[in-house]
Amino acid sequence: MQRIAAMEPIIFELSRPHRAARAQYPPGTAVPRAAAPGDTPSDTAVPGAAWPAHLCRTTPPLLPEVSELQVVRHFTRLSQLNFSIDTHFYPLGSCTMKYNPKACNTYAMLPELLARHPLAPESHSQGYLACMFELQEMLKDITGMQGVSLTPMAGAQGEFAGVAMIRAYHRARGDFLRDEIIVPEAAHGTNPATAAMCGCSVKEIPCDANGDVVLDALRAAVGPRTAGIMLTNPSTLGVFERKIAEVAQIVHGAGGLLYYDGANLNAILGKVRPGDMGFDVIHMNLHKTFSTPHGGGGPGSGAVGVGERLLPFLPIPIVGREGERYRWLAEADLPQSIGRLSGFMGNAGVNLRAFIYMRMLGREGMVRVAEYAALNANYLLKRLVAAGFDAAYPDRRASHEFIITLKRQHRDYEVTAMDVAKRLLDHGFHAPTTYFPLLVPECLLIEPTETEAKEDLDRFCDAMIAILQEMQLEPEKLSGAPFTMPVRRLDDVRAAKQLDLAWKPAA
Amino acid sequence: MPFIPHTPDDVADMLGVIGVASIDDLFDEIPEDLKATGLGRVPAALSEMEIGRLMSERAAADGRALNFIGAGAYEHHIPAPVWAIATRGEFYSAYTPYQAEASQGTLQVIYEYQSMMCALTGMEVSNASLYDGASALAEAALTAVRANRASSSRRILVPRTVNPTYLRVAEAIAGNQGVRFESVDFDRKSGRTLLESLRPYEGSDITALVVQQPNFFGVLEEVDELNDWAHANGALVIAVVNPTALAVLKPPGSWGAPGAARAGADVVCGEGQPLGVPLSSGGPYFGFMTTRMQFVRQMPGRIVGRTLDAAGRPGFTLTLQAREQHIRRGKANSNICTNQGLTVTAATIYLSLLGATGLARVAEASAARTAALVRALTELPGVRPAFSGHRFHEAVLILDRPVAPLLAALAERGIFGGLDLSASHPELGCALLVCATETKTDADIARYAFALAELISTPYVEPGAAALNSQTGA
Repeated sequence: MQRIAAMEPIIFELSRPHRAARAQYPPGTAVPRAAAPGDTPSDTAVPGAAWPAHLCRTTPPLLPEVSELQVVRHFTRLSQLNFSIDTHFYPLGSCTMKYNPKACNTYAMLPELLARHPLAPESHSQGYLACMFELQEMLKDITGMQGVSLTPMAGAQGEFAGVAMIRAYHRARGDFLRDEIIVPEAAHGTNPATAAMCGCSVKEIPCDANGDVVLDALRAAVGPRTAGIMLTNPSTLGVFERKIAEVAQIVHGAGGLLYYDGANLNAILGKVRPGDMGFDVIHMNLHKTFSTPHGGGGPGSGAVGVGERLLPFLPIPIVGREGERYRWLAEADLPQSIGRLSGFMGNAGVNLRAFIYMRMLGREGMVRVAEYAALNANYLLKRLVAAGFDAAYPDRRASHEFIITLKRQHRDYEVTAMDVAKRLLDHGFHAPTTYFPLLVPECLLIEPTETEAKEDLDRFCDAMIAILQEMQLEPEKLSGAPFTMPVRRLDDVRAAKQLDLAWKPAA
Repeated sequence: MPFIPHTPDDVADMLGVIGVASIDDLFDEIPEDLKATGLGRVPAALSEMEIGRLMSERAAADGRALNFIGAGAYEHHIPAPVWAIATRGEFYSAYTPYQAEASQGTLQVIYEYQSMMCALTGMEVSNASLYDGASALAEAALTAVRANRASSSRRILVPRTVNPTYLRVAEAIAGNQGVRFESVDFDRKSGRTLLESLRPYEGSDITALVVQQPNFFGVLEEVDELNDWAHANGALVIAVVNPTALAVLKPPGSWGAPGAARAGADVVCGEGQPLGVPLSSGGPYFGFMTTRMQFVRQMPGRIVGRTLDAAGRPGFTLTLQAREQHIRRGKANSNICTNQGLTVTAATIYLSLLGATGLARVAEASAARTAALVRALTELPGVRPAFSGHRFHEAVLILDRPVAPLLAALAERGIFGGLDLSASHPELGCALLVCATETKTDADIARYAFALAELISTPYVEPGAAALNSQTGA
């Protein structure tokens, strides 16, 4: 086991007065502002244009003073402290950490595309708009929806758009009572948080021992206040919701709409379409299913798709086509829209990457994504069960991911899912998602994705088998893990109690 | 099979371990009648060479005009190291730092970013970023609602000098939680928000006042008196600021006249794009938010803290997660899960390269280039500056004829001449918002002035008036 790079000083600690990356300074120009302490006379030329002193800074902001090489070295070294898809197997359940093809980045960063101002005239944006229109069309096809908007900037914003559209739909029909959103108890935390942001209250319903929604509980939960239900399928439990047709019937029968959380779309790409399952609205995580980069926690893109009933409410802008010409559809075209969610048109560069990825995969490639994601997940599940781990839902097929519960190991050896996660880092693997979904004790949610080779899955199994032995023979290797990272296990309690959120010079 | 590594032998072995005959069998839990029958509108696959050619053609078709549009997205020089480093796979293809020990790079970058945003805005705490500037205002409004415990009205005053799109986005996002945004008029002469227009609200319950500096017109607001007015009337101050301008302008943390009872704005937000993020059709950018330590638990989004590891050495981790959706679910401050890690990484590298002096030079050069642009354009007949107030790096010009046809004609000459304000601010008449940053040379400005001079060389005659004149002449 090899230690990855050592920790790096904070950039402010490298700072020395009057050091600078001067190649980055713009060529000298006159300075229209009042004199500040430390200014040279040439800094305050053009007195007529000077800004009033009371609107100006009196001391410069505390930013580092470092050379260009120091900057390059510092941030390059920091990058080396990270696990990433490019360097490590990253089976983080529910996050779809698959290979981000380099072509997607290269061709989304062509100079003209990077330089395009978001308010550039349509006459000079037809190439870009064509990409976005075709992306909308492909996403409609894949989801079985009638309309798509690319503006939401992340999955959570897509969720917000979806629930806001459901509310707008009911209100437009004069039905002001419907303010309850139903979610299964296994739902992602963003689901209830989104409902609250849309001014709705949340009703949670249970799942049965096989991971399916309890239909009687759903029947009891729906009523004249039901705005809709938010579901992920395959669910956050890693299994396909088999009673989806009945769920749709019950919710629609009560006057509510069905919201599809697209977190797990990778599992069913080209195999089954949310629109065909009865869903009225879906958000997609283009950074998961369509492999745009996760970027250390964003930017993502949370495009939304809707069926007929919600078309008028889509967030704007959307790309429309008239003959051979593309144009933005905005307030005048969709007067009932829930409005704008971003300053311009969402995470345009992320959407371009998704477009490039989808065109490279093509029609046949889409279906293969789901097929090989399912193959890898089911293979890894079988191997881990054979090695002595417990599946949370042993009687079910894995979708593109599955849950291992360490309840038994926790009882026998006092190890936790957190210990196993940290020990996996020492073995050179990013940990799976831990403690989600909350209702499975000591769980690991494992999503290998379709881009991992069999040998990598086998190496991961070998590491899990080794950890299982360590639990019994050398438990301190788990409780003390990780040992080979730049830092040992971090004190989260201290972090929250003795807040240190910004660097300050030593007093 | 693009990006799928499996050999036929692998597949056979794996199916054998699973105990099924074919991959199709893995989907046997999906009801048959629901299965998709094919994707008609997804075209066949392209190789990397083919998609490269398609993208190059489309990019070339859009071309690269000489750009004088700002309005919330600004064309600054981006130092070469910024994206060379930010697109390293270790940053680009990592995720939210849930496993802190394996994500110290991302976490330390965010900590450094938070430190820099605190320094620029003069505030005590920063989050790890939000989606963009417009949505950051929505989150700032909701933060102010939570933070201002003395106010129950959820009324937020928004001057008409604030970017109108920001207001629309804030309404779309925060409106569902009963937050009401009320417009406040501006002074036609200076282009600023005057205290007089706030007087009618004195004595009523106002949750917060939004102040944009520089404002949407590029004009500098009298931030001290607006800040003090809000605090005197029980309202919090939400500052919307341009981070480049903060190198030279008074940071929101110091707003207020000397000796004010409560110095500084309360929640500061804005668009981070000017800090090394390309225009890129509007995103991905990042929104920033800073506030007082007193309100840290009311802030949405990820926050990184420095702590110690089991061996007593310093390290970084996500903290104060009890505010967030994955813990508090329906009672969270926001549903936001991610930040804009990659663009924040770019901004942190950008700020490290520029430093306080370099950023001030960018700010000053941009202001100087805009001043030069305004001088060149207002020398033309029929073009005058709209406002007398001090400017940063944008300006509103009033023309003697409708703006839209001129902009279309300029675009045909390879120049994006600015933003037509006739829809958003009809009271200004034929108004054009222009911007020049440090990227514009004297030759660029001369080219714009020359093209515009040519287009307006004939005196403008209103269509109706033309008909009348020809009748009279006959």
